[in-house]
Amino acid sequence: MPDVRLPTVLRTHSGGAAVVKADGETVADVLASLEATYPGLAGQLRTPEGNAHRFVNVYVDDDDVRYLDGLATKVAADSEVSILPAVAGG
Amino acid sequence: MPEPLVLDRDVYLQLVAHCYDGLPFEACGLLAIDPASGHVVGCYPTDNEAASARVYTVPSGAILRADRDAEGRSLVLGGVFHSHTHTTAYPSPTDVDQAPDPGWRYVIVGLGEGVPVVRSYRIVDGNVAEEPVVVRECTAQGGVSIPEQSSRL
Repeated sequence: MPDVRLPTVLRTHSGGAAVVKADGETVADVLASLEATYPGLAGQLRTPEGNAHRFVNVYVDDDDVRYLDGLATKVAADSEVSILPAVAGG
Repeated sequence: MPEPLVLDRDVYLQLVAHCYDGLPFEACGLLAIDPASGHVVGCYPTDNEAASARVYTVPSGAILRADRDAEGRSLVLGGVFHSHTHTTAYPSPTDVDQAPDPGWRYVIVGLGEGVPVVRSYRIVDGNVAEEPVVVRECTAQGGVSIPEQSSRL
């Protein structure tokens, strides 16, 4: 099962855990698995259309999925999926 | 009185230097907090992906590397700093709109007043609350020193 690294802002929904386990062979599956395990994450990761929220960046290991296959990017059982906040301002 | 933001001396110097190094653009970086004390004991200066004097973006890859590094040191990413090159060290509407985490500290280094002005805020549901900044003099034993080569992401 891949590990998923959560940003601090979402750890309130995982009982404080920074890294959790999730099921799935694609990023979309992993996000769905997370939302099933931690219902508080529903709506925090994906838009109603099923895309990643603009304020969330998703990496598989060291790669930004925007430069791979997006949420269809394959996830190996020993991969680490990282959900990162978009940090920006003016 | 809100709880102060306590910065280790080396972190304070590093973030102010990084903001000057970034001119004429805004500079930015991430802050590592010791969860036991709540003190900022590490600093990850990053590139400003926006390369702009008006806005900043911390590269997402740098966030990932900083998060992994902080975890390896039993620290947490607990804030972000950036410079305002010509305006005061107060959150802009863009800063408030885009603040990702109500638990984070938002440090702004104002460079428009001749001397650097370091101020810190919490931003919760669009509300800005300033908190005092305290610089802690510490020894190598008292703080975590993040080596230059790993801290510049």
